[in-house]
Amino acid sequence: MGPPPPPRPTVGKFAFIVKRLLAGLLVLSTLVVSIFLLFWYGPRSPVQGLCEQRTNNRCTADFRAQLEENFGYNNPMLSELGKYVAGIFTGRDIQLGANTFVECSAPCLGLSYRTFVPAFDELVRRLPATISLAVGAAVIILLVGVTSGVLAARRRGTVADKALVSATLLMSSIPYVLFALLVYLYLNVINEVFPEAGYTPLTENPVAWLSGLLLPWLALGFYNSTQYTRFSRGAMIDALSEDYIRTARAKGLSSRTVTFKHGLRSALVPIVTIFGIDFAFLLAGTIFTEIIFGINGIGRWGLEAIQIEDFPVVQTTVLFGAIVVIVANIVVDILYGVLDPRVRIS
Amino acid sequence: MSTDTGVTTGAAGAAAAGERLLEVEHLTVKFPTADGLVNAVTDLSYGVARGKTLGIVGESGSGKSVSSMAVLGLHDPRRTRIEGSIRVDGQEVIGLSEAKLRRIRGNSAAMIFQDALASLHPFYRVGKQLSEAYAAHHPKASARDARRKAIEMLDLVGIPQPDRRVDDFPHQFSGGMRQRAMIAMGLINDPSLLIADEPTTALDVTVQAQILDLLGDLQREFDSAIIIITHDLGVIAEMADEVLVMYAGRAVEYGATRELLTHPEMPYTWGLLSSVPDVSGDVDARLLPIPGNPPSLLDPPSGCSFHPRCVHRDKVPGDLCTTTIPDLSPGGRGPGHLKRCHLADPERIYATEILPEIAPDLADGAPAAPAAAPTNKEA
Repeated sequence: MGPPPPPRPTVGKFAFIVKRLLAGLLVLSTLVVSIFLLFWYGPRSPVQGLCEQRTNNRCTADFRAQLEENFGYNNPMLSELGKYVAGIFTGRDIQLGANTFVECSAPCLGLSYRTFVPAFDELVRRLPATISLAVGAAVIILLVGVTSGVLAARRRGTVADKALVSATLLMSSIPYVLFALLVYLYLNVINEVFPEAGYTPLTENPVAWLSGLLLPWLALGFYNSTQYTRFSRGAMIDALSEDYIRTARAKGLSSRTVTFKHGLRSALVPIVTIFGIDFAFLLAGTIFTEIIFGINGIGRWGLEAIQIEDFPVVQTTVLFGAIVVIVANIVVDILYGVLDPRVRIS
Repeated sequence: MSTDTGVTTGAAGAAAAGERLLEVEHLTVKFPTADGLVNAVTDLSYGVARGKTLGIVGESGSGKSVSSMAVLGLHDPRRTRIEGSIRVDGQEVIGLSEAKLRRIRGNSAAMIFQDALASLHPFYRVGKQLSEAYAAHHPKASARDARRKAIEMLDLVGIPQPDRRVDDFPHQFSGGMRQRAMIAMGLINDPSLLIADEPTTALDVTVQAQILDLLGDLQREFDSAIIIITHDLGVIAEMADEVLVMYAGRAVEYGATRELLTHPEMPYTWGLLSSVPDVSGDVDARLLPIPGNPPSLLDPPSGCSFHPRCVHRDKVPGDLCTTTIPDLSPGGRGPGHLKRCHLADPERIYATEILPEIAPDLADGAPAAPAAAPTNKEA
């Protein structure tokens, strides 16, 4: 009966990943060059912000010209771009004053105009805060969102289901900034229900790490879980209406096995797909959460860099975000093949 | 309203005294929806004995699948209203708790579904899905035992290299192999009742014949009762001992297969026979589709639900067809053949008007020969 199944293309998977990585590299190089050009040929001097900051808003043309000279804006653009790109791979010494050099080791993404510290070092320093925030929030999003979605799907059409869906819609219609601000005000400032929000490194003091992140986790997690409630509910209803669910019930399996082993297993595929991308965006920076709850993470850093036109930091945060999104996409594609055996990557 | 109590119970040539393995009596299934109450099945009674096969025929939406899913209690009790009685081996199914239903499902009564690609879970290996069905009713069996049983069943239904194919995913099987795997899954706990819901619909005719042969062989081996749901009269002619024709949720004709196919007494059955091509028959024979569409079960027609499509309505005196639902009662051919029709002399109409149209070669000489229904072996 029937032809033998085709051999599984294990080599194809590897080639696929390489192909995706190359495509990702292309995106990254395009980003590097475009942001570089944006600063070089933007409407005002790339060091204007820096100049104003250093002179308390009394930036003079002379000082600005000196900064431009120091930061290489008087050299040919291509040679500066070359230095920047070479620095990513080999590191370089960056000249600040006549005799001041700062060592910027690979991967060198330039010096922050504000602190004159290599942007990459600052990124690494802020990463734990952002990762802590993102992972904690992601756990809440998945636990609360998927659980409530599955429960709503199993009780489809009941008052409980409708109440839950309405509640999530109501919550989603409040702007997140407002929601997070109100949470902070009412639960941390006016009533000290939660321990004061903030970030302490996990290695330094695990209890402080936990208590400081608790409220931001809950705010970010619960707010974003609402869309997962609706999404998982839909995915679960789709899965439970499949013919193979009827088969599973006809086999005499328990309702729990049918729901979770057969239903949720299928519903997980679309959930994982959007969750991968959402998690990447959480990692790339949760600007509002970091600013409102006073967490010194990447989102806040990037926003401040834009405000003072800190070119290397803007470049660094954009690249970081892009890398995270690219990697998340590849991971999702691989996971997709793991979760759904019908998907044969070629 | 129709009352056909008593008539059906001893009906259709089931001479065996005492209760058959499956007894369905006055089954009514309704689905409340936003648009109103859907009368999916109304006052349906039938039964199957061990080792026998009942064929249920009808168009889509005639209530074939709905009634058989009720046998396993697969309808969501919150969204379904079920009345009547369904007894599997003496055990009343309607109103049974979910936990007790689970003990019947897949165990003493199993179901195999059409479209095995959709009915098997795409993410689990075939063997896993089979052994899961075994383990559900053999809690003490080890994983290895369940797997061995799965391989044994795959072998039984004729999957080549079952010890290797057991680890394939459903999409790696061909259509016929998937349906075989589906049958293997249905039979893994030696059910005494097997409901096959259009088991061959998506398959090409040669595979279809193999699957039907397989079902027949397995029935002889396990002495199971089989209900085969189909809209293919060819399948019925080959497999079934008895036939139940359903229309708009009701039984409209019920009798022994040969009797019913050769002497149909209900215009809807005539319509079904007229729309079957006869491969071995006269090339000039016409295929006559039944005019119109099946009625809405939300708002069924008054009187006989087939009357809006019935071309023989004018042969019934008065407005009986549009006002009164005919009883399911014996016609002119004895108590074993039930029909739901007001026509006084259906046999004469069939012989003089229908048969010459659909099988001219049969109409002249031998009116008693099978009118239609080519078997798949000929195809």
